[in-house]
Amino acid sequence: MIPRQILARARSLARPAGRSSQPANHYPSLEFHHKLRTRCYSEAPLPSPAAANPVTPVSPEPPLVPVAAHLPAADLRSKSSLNEAELKKFAAISETWWDADGPFKPLHAMNPTRLAFLRSTLCRHFGKDPCCSRPFEGLKFVDVGCGGGILSEPLARMGASVTGVDAVEKNIRIARLHADLDPTTSSIDYLCTTAEKLVEEQRKFDAVLALEVIEHVADPADFCKSLSSLTEYSGATVISTINRSMRAYATAIVMAEYVLRWLPAGTHDWSSFLTPEELVLILQRTSVSVQEMAGFAYNPLTGRWSLSDDVGVNFIAYATKNRE
Amino acid sequence: MIRISTRQWAFHRHAWKSVNRTLSSGAEAKLAGASIEQGSADKQRSESNLPVHDVAIVGGGMVGMALACSLAKLPLTNHLNIAIVDSNPALQNGQSIKKETPPDPRVSTVTPATRALFQDVGAWKYVEEHRHAYFDRMQVWDYTGLGYTKYHARDANKEVLGCVVENKVLHKSLLSCLQDSGSQHKLYPLRLSSMHLEPASASSHHGSLAKLELSDGNSLYAKLVVGADGSKSRVKELAGISSTGWKYSQNAVICTVEHMEENRCAWQRFLPNGPVALLPVGDKFSNIVWTMDPEDSLNRKSMSEVDFVKEVNRALDNGYGPRPKSQSFGGASPFSWLTAKNTVSADDCFEIPPKITKLASERMVFPLSLKHANSYAKKHVVLIGDAAHTVHPLAGQGVNMGFGDAFSLSNVIAEGIAVGSDIGEVSLLRRYESDRKPANLTMMAILDGFQKAYSVDFGPLNVLRAAAFQGVQSFSPLKRNIMSYASGEQRFPLFS
Repeated sequence: MIPRQILARARSLARPAGRSSQPANHYPSLEFHHKLRTRCYSEAPLPSPAAANPVTPVSPEPPLVPVAAHLPAADLRSKSSLNEAELKKFAAISETWWDADGPFKPLHAMNPTRLAFLRSTLCRHFGKDPCCSRPFEGLKFVDVGCGGGILSEPLARMGASVTGVDAVEKNIRIARLHADLDPTTSSIDYLCTTAEKLVEEQRKFDAVLALEVIEHVADPADFCKSLSSLTEYSGATVISTINRSMRAYATAIVMAEYVLRWLPAGTHDWSSFLTPEELVLILQRTSVSVQEMAGFAYNPLTGRWSLSDDVGVNFIAYATKNRE
Repeated sequence: MIRISTRQWAFHRHAWKSVNRTLSSGAEAKLAGASIEQGSADKQRSESNLPVHDVAIVGGGMVGMALACSLAKLPLTNHLNIAIVDSNPALQNGQSIKKETPPDPRVSTVTPATRALFQDVGAWKYVEEHRHAYFDRMQVWDYTGLGYTKYHARDANKEVLGCVVENKVLHKSLLSCLQDSGSQHKLYPLRLSSMHLEPASASSHHGSLAKLELSDGNSLYAKLVVGADGSKSRVKELAGISSTGWKYSQNAVICTVEHMEENRCAWQRFLPNGPVALLPVGDKFSNIVWTMDPEDSLNRKSMSEVDFVKEVNRALDNGYGPRPKSQSFGGASPFSWLTAKNTVSADDCFEIPPKITKLASERMVFPLSLKHANSYAKKHVVLIGDAAHTVHPLAGQGVNMGFGDAFSLSNVIAEGIAVGSDIGEVSLLRRYESDRKPANLTMMAILDGFQKAYSVDFGPLNVLRAAAFQGVQSFSPLKRNIMSYASGEQRFPLFS
């Protein structure tokens, strides 16, 4: 198990007050390391029910480019944190992004809540007035793993210049079509690319958002490094994901996928979830410190999500770059 | 490459359209380069000359104007471009209300909760400049003479129970408040003829907007269409929202009357065919709302004024049945053992309503019904006020429910804009529905229950009703609960 000192330090990192940034000299335990490495070089990722073709297992020796070779457009020399099977899963249901009752229903329902968190933390970070209708005017945001643009469109309406990035071409097409329906959102720049490629192009953004993406990525550590490189020194990074806890297994996988059938079975892989402590540590390694964390709670009676202190299932973390 | 050029083309197309909308010559010079797109974008250009509004309020009555006012005052929504579609001439000219004319028969009782909402948007100060009448007492009894209930505002630690204001005063106040707010709004003095909610073509620039066609052939686009056009709502009909309800076999006769002394009490007497209510309006005037059978209503409308005044006095006083006895020292109240006090103050005694001396306005007759829309919201469309629910006037709650709807909707729109939502999205509008529907349905059920309970003349039921009157009169926590619910401070009766 993770040593108690690391857990305690991770928790203190997550709390907003009285934080001290220490260099991450503590080596995580072997088990913890094993978990991360397993994901990096995992064999036979879960076959998605929608994809017809069987998934070929990756060789057990650690190759330099685990999955990038599968992508036709990827540069062989650049590492990619993408997971091919995950991409296939999303490509199969990409038409249903904007169907509020389809497989993305929970995401649509959660959207206003996570936007509320973004609004309060980012307005405070950039010193903007949250009571005006376009508080993010003049700021450059990037939505990594934007999918159909569910998060990008409201951010554009709030005044930000949004760049939406997704590795699945179909998603980008759907996102562009939908964004063109409204003149305020038609200025969103959608690109079918990866975070790593943006880093190569040396793009920088005021806020880098990767919401509900990191659990679908093959190498979270590398992914976080790319996110950190994309963030300006005065910028913010926001990541949201699902906690790797028993409660999350019961709710996000068993309830959501099998009992209530909100999501197609196999959407999430429990072993790919990250605990808040792990996320904080990974980000800390890339010189990004988590300032605030919040959880999402679902009220089954009203059918609405709300922000809470309970990071047991879904959680979102707002982080800033360390000033070295 | 192709992706980049199509995006540029789309950007130019939108830029061209925004120029048409703002009609500024400076911007046109900048877009000389976009003239290449003219040929292909001609059809869409003619469509895009139509005005695009954020919110189109169809129906500029009290509730529609309350919504417009509230949107104009909230900081998150005061930048919205509002269109008001109503052919009522009262919205156009700045006619001032003369203080000398006798009060209009169309009045509404404003509950303290509604008054607080008006104060929040800064519209109440306009109401206070005109005639308005606060009342702090209410007496309810019926024709059997077996019981009565007297409500005092001080029993609930309040100053007033409500305020009776003429509808035209409320309307003018809201209109002045809107005009003074400096927000962007445009009045279309026309009627709505048709509405298109689905996009005409998938690639249409206005695919995410609703298109409204007006009676003079012009059209406009809006992100959200609000139906505030009353019980025969055209918006509800065009949106295909069905409603449930039934007609009461009753008509209401309303008029203004004059009397000798000042009146600061609201009186309501339940007669065999329906209640008669006397509400103070200000100076020495009061408003009569008399519910009765349709044939009687036609008779009473056409009879002479002197006869009508006699009938009204009979209805209010001791016609149809005896006066109830006051609870006094030796009063035979069955609940006297429950109350701690043995003495009864003079204020709790049964009072005889003021004697009406003459009729001060024409008599108007309205049919009464109960109607409730099965859903309040669809994509791009939402209903508020009488368009969503119509009730019996016996408790003066109808327009207060409407004002509650208007202010709730404006808050929901503000919350949506705070997180960048599209205001025409159904998920946002459903939040308004889930806020207002339970409260509205509860009130409607209670009012309907009262209407049914008081329209039956059956011995044991009469005694039960009388016992209910006495019970409420003697049992003060119940009385306070009823007062607090009726004045809008409590969302649901008995609980909370």
